[in-house]
Amino acid sequence: MALPKVCGIETEYGIVVRGGDNNPVTASSVLINSYVAATARQRGRVDWDFEDEQPANDARGFSLDDSLAPEVETTLVNAVLTNGARYYVDHAHPEISTPEITTAREAVVWDRAAEEIVRKSMIEATTILGEEEEIIVHKNNSDGKGNSYGCHENYLIARHVPFGRLANQITAHFVTRQVFCGAGKVGCELPGQPRDDVPYQISQRADFFEEEIGLETTLKRPIVNTRDEPHADAEKYRRLHVIVGDANMCEVGTYLKVGTTAIILAMIEDDELGDEWLLRNPVRAIRQISHDPSLEQTILLEDGRRATALEVQWGLLERARKYEQAYGLACVDEEVGADVLDRWEGLLSGLETDPESVANSVDWVAKKRLIDGYAARHDIPPGSDRLKAIDLQYHDLRVERCLALRAGLQTVVSADEVANAMTQPPNTTRAYFRGRCLAKFPEDVVAANWDSLVFDIGHDPLRRVPMMEPLRGTAEHVATLIDTSETARELLDRLGE
Amino acid sequence: MAERTQKSKKTPKRDTEAADAAPASTETGEKLRAELDDLLDEIDEVLETNAEDFVKSYVQKGGQ
Repeated sequence: MALPKVCGIETEYGIVVRGGDNNPVTASSVLINSYVAATARQRGRVDWDFEDEQPANDARGFSLDDSLAPEVETTLVNAVLTNGARYYVDHAHPEISTPEITTAREAVVWDRAAEEIVRKSMIEATTILGEEEEIIVHKNNSDGKGNSYGCHENYLIARHVPFGRLANQITAHFVTRQVFCGAGKVGCELPGQPRDDVPYQISQRADFFEEEIGLETTLKRPIVNTRDEPHADAEKYRRLHVIVGDANMCEVGTYLKVGTTAIILAMIEDDELGDEWLLRNPVRAIRQISHDPSLEQTILLEDGRRATALEVQWGLLERARKYEQAYGLACVDEEVGADVLDRWEGLLSGLETDPESVANSVDWVAKKRLIDGYAARHDIPPGSDRLKAIDLQYHDLRVERCLALRAGLQTVVSADEVANAMTQPPNTTRAYFRGRCLAKFPEDVVAANWDSLVFDIGHDPLRRVPMMEPLRGTAEHVATLIDTSETARELLDRLGE
Repeated sequence: MAERTQKSKKTPKRDTEAADAAPASTETGEKLRAELDDLLDEIDEVLETNAEDFVKSYVQKGGQ
């Protein structure tokens, strides 16, 4: 039986400063510090603890020594929030990692909360910046000039699943799921290919993938990333680090991106997906699909057949339905899982018969509708900068500019849930313990990372609380304990009993 | 994994999405066009004043 699909989303946002020094590292720091300073928990700012981070470990079973090692993360600002998330500067972007969650629905709640945290940060930053200065943040994945930054997903997988099979079998979904969760892009960013060659494509990220499988995240990006850093008991778990997705403005996009992927990973874990949809050339296929918004392009399968992305998706959905019958979907929450399958089917039908009919649920379709309409109205040639401006502004997080907010997109969760999730952790994972402790004992928590909290409770040495089980430390386990502990010392003493 | 033992799941019922899938009537088509027209009016209002310049100057450092 597949493990519960604990997951999380990490989003790197685009950032520019207008009317001032456009240094993205400084701007990201200002953005985050403004937010942290504005929240009531400022006095308890907690540092991230890197002791257990090993980004160079490879899931294929070797560590990088003298081969090209991935860049070590240089982090200037690093805050852990009371909702269990991490808010930090990564490379030259502000980034938020959501707390660990257990369903696609929760993924939407905390991904949207992250967006609202960034919105609030932009507003708070204006109090620090000069009168003419403005920090503008975009939730997108490329600048249109060949530079990309990611929106990564992470899923908990049983360690015993052979990584080779996992990588082979998940690839078809990673290549074709863009038809319903691609964010859309004006122009082409393939090296050596003129931007105008592709007036409009389905995915923001497809042009940047050059390998089928590998450890890199910033160069020669692979469709399946092999980083092996479980942030949990490594004997039992791995964390599949997914770098191939687009950041979604549409809640349905995030919901189905995470929901379908979690179900397919569960199927692979139970060895119920099979090899029917292996691809011959995934790197070529992901671009072919992205570059053809008509959805008619076929890709080559391992066995020599050709299929459209929609045909592959129908095949995966059919398998998922059978899996649901045989195993149930408790590993992704029965109710959410059933809803994900229904919506998945609804979108595939819509894309097949009339893509316009899903313009309220699919980012690339919603954006294309705006761009095509605007081009027709003003008689603008395909791929021009004015259309690129609409593309960019679709992702602009400023409420008064954001075009996605005006595009009539369907929501999945309520605004109240999102507002709540800016400060409250999910009940269902160890993020609950992290978030609640930071909120209640900000003076005493001196360091935090995904799998531990470190307390300083006075005369004793620092006390580290390991959290190697992502599903321990939930509200069910520790809510009463935290509620009824007056001090961190009391909490720790009672935890130790 | 005790919670996984009860799995008498029936095929989930279809909701109303199938009915929404094919907006064939001209009435619906006109409504959609009117909505799009309003939307395009709004884009004209909120689009950055120097939109092309903003696009040209929008350069990011590569990330992950």
